[in-house]
Amino acid sequence: MSSSSNIVAMKKIVQQLRLEAGVNRVKVSQAAADLQQFCLQHAQHDPLLTGMSSSNNPFRPQKVCSFL
Amino acid sequence: MAAEKAEMDALKKECDGLRAQIEAARKAVNDGSMSASAGGVEAVGRVQLKLRKNLKGHLAKIYAMHWSADSRQMVSASQDGKLLIWDTFTGNKLTAVPLKSAWVMSVAFAPSGNLVASGGLDNICTVYNIKAASPKTLRELDAHTGYLSCSRFLSDSEIITASGDTTCCLWDLETGKQKVVFTNHIGDCMSLALSPDENSFISGACDSLAKLWDIRSGTCKQTFSGHTSDINAIAFFPSGNAIITGSDDCSCKMYDLRADQEVIGYQDTSLNAGVTSVALSNSGRLIFAGYDDFNCHIWDSLKGEKVGVLSGHDNRVSCTGVPADGMGVCTGSWDSFLKLWN
Repeated sequence: MSSSSNIVAMKKIVQQLRLEAGVNRVKVSQAAADLQQFCLQHAQHDPLLTGMSSSNNPFRPQKVCSFL
Repeated sequence: MAAEKAEMDALKKECDGLRAQIEAARKAVNDGSMSASAGGVEAVGRVQLKLRKNLKGHLAKIYAMHWSADSRQMVSASQDGKLLIWDTFTGNKLTAVPLKSAWVMSVAFAPSGNLVASGGLDNICTVYNIKAASPKTLRELDAHTGYLSCSRFLSDSEIITASGDTTCCLWDLETGKQKVVFTNHIGDCMSLALSPDENSFISGACDSLAKLWDIRSGTCKQTFSGHTSDINAIAFFPSGNAIITGSDDCSCKMYDLRADQEVIGYQDTSLNAGVTSVALSNSGRLIFAGYDDFNCHIWDSLKGEKVGVLSGHDNRVSCTGVPADGMGVCTGSWDSFLKLWN
């Protein structure tokens, strides 16, 4: 690889790092609080968390008919 | 020559400076740990899901599965050279799609339910119309120079692919041509996930990095490090503000996009198997992670604790997925079976 293409590649890396350095960062405590709040707000609508009755369960095993 | 060396040295110095700047900026906002602030949150307790269906049909290792947007149909891909489309409510197979190449690694369902896509060691993403009388090849997307590890449809006219050639790509399905190529990873791309608002996507690669991309401009907006081996699986937290990764280093991590860093890790000294797949429950509270140890372990995403396990497969769990309505989890394995749990 020629040295000028090395320089071109390196310039791209620098450009990318400049872009990533410019990100506005939120405090971890704020981010964590927001994630928690989302989980708690949506907990009631999370069937894997709340469970479900067998009549509401789309994957429940097929009922077998039996003669009484 | 000397001038070029001087320029190169200056660029390297700028690089190092920028990396240090990014680390310092991340540290500056790192004012508390996620697990500490989750101290006040009630524990979820032991999560015990039951096996509801065992789907038999494939004759070889299952490598990938994807739920349809209707939360009822699901497509699976196996190296027996077939895609199977299942009605998960009845356990019936609706359609079988024979593949030109049996070495499949990825499968995707279009949101419309009309199309599925698959690809693997053939380097090609093949899109099939499954609503035709018999499955018909719609397009062969052939431009990657490495294996196809993952694909996700934006619509019936656009799809994003991830490849072992280290790039991801946005394709126009009407022309079959590449619209945008996403280059920045320095290792095979293994997995991708679309953001809930579909303006961005995330990719995980063998360079142990996760990257956030703007779909339209093609730019890499953020890069997340911390894993010490290949990232095999990646998913968005449902709010769109965080991502979960699973790696060959036997851990999962959550990175917050707004804090631009890892906020919690999910690892256990007793777990010495690589993570192959990740999926989240609808509230984001539960992480379902498939491992090489034949199990799918369940993590409390806020507290970082293991809260359950889905056991039953006789080989590596290769893929995991939760449908849009959140009513269950599907695991697929090298043992050739798919299991549904809730």
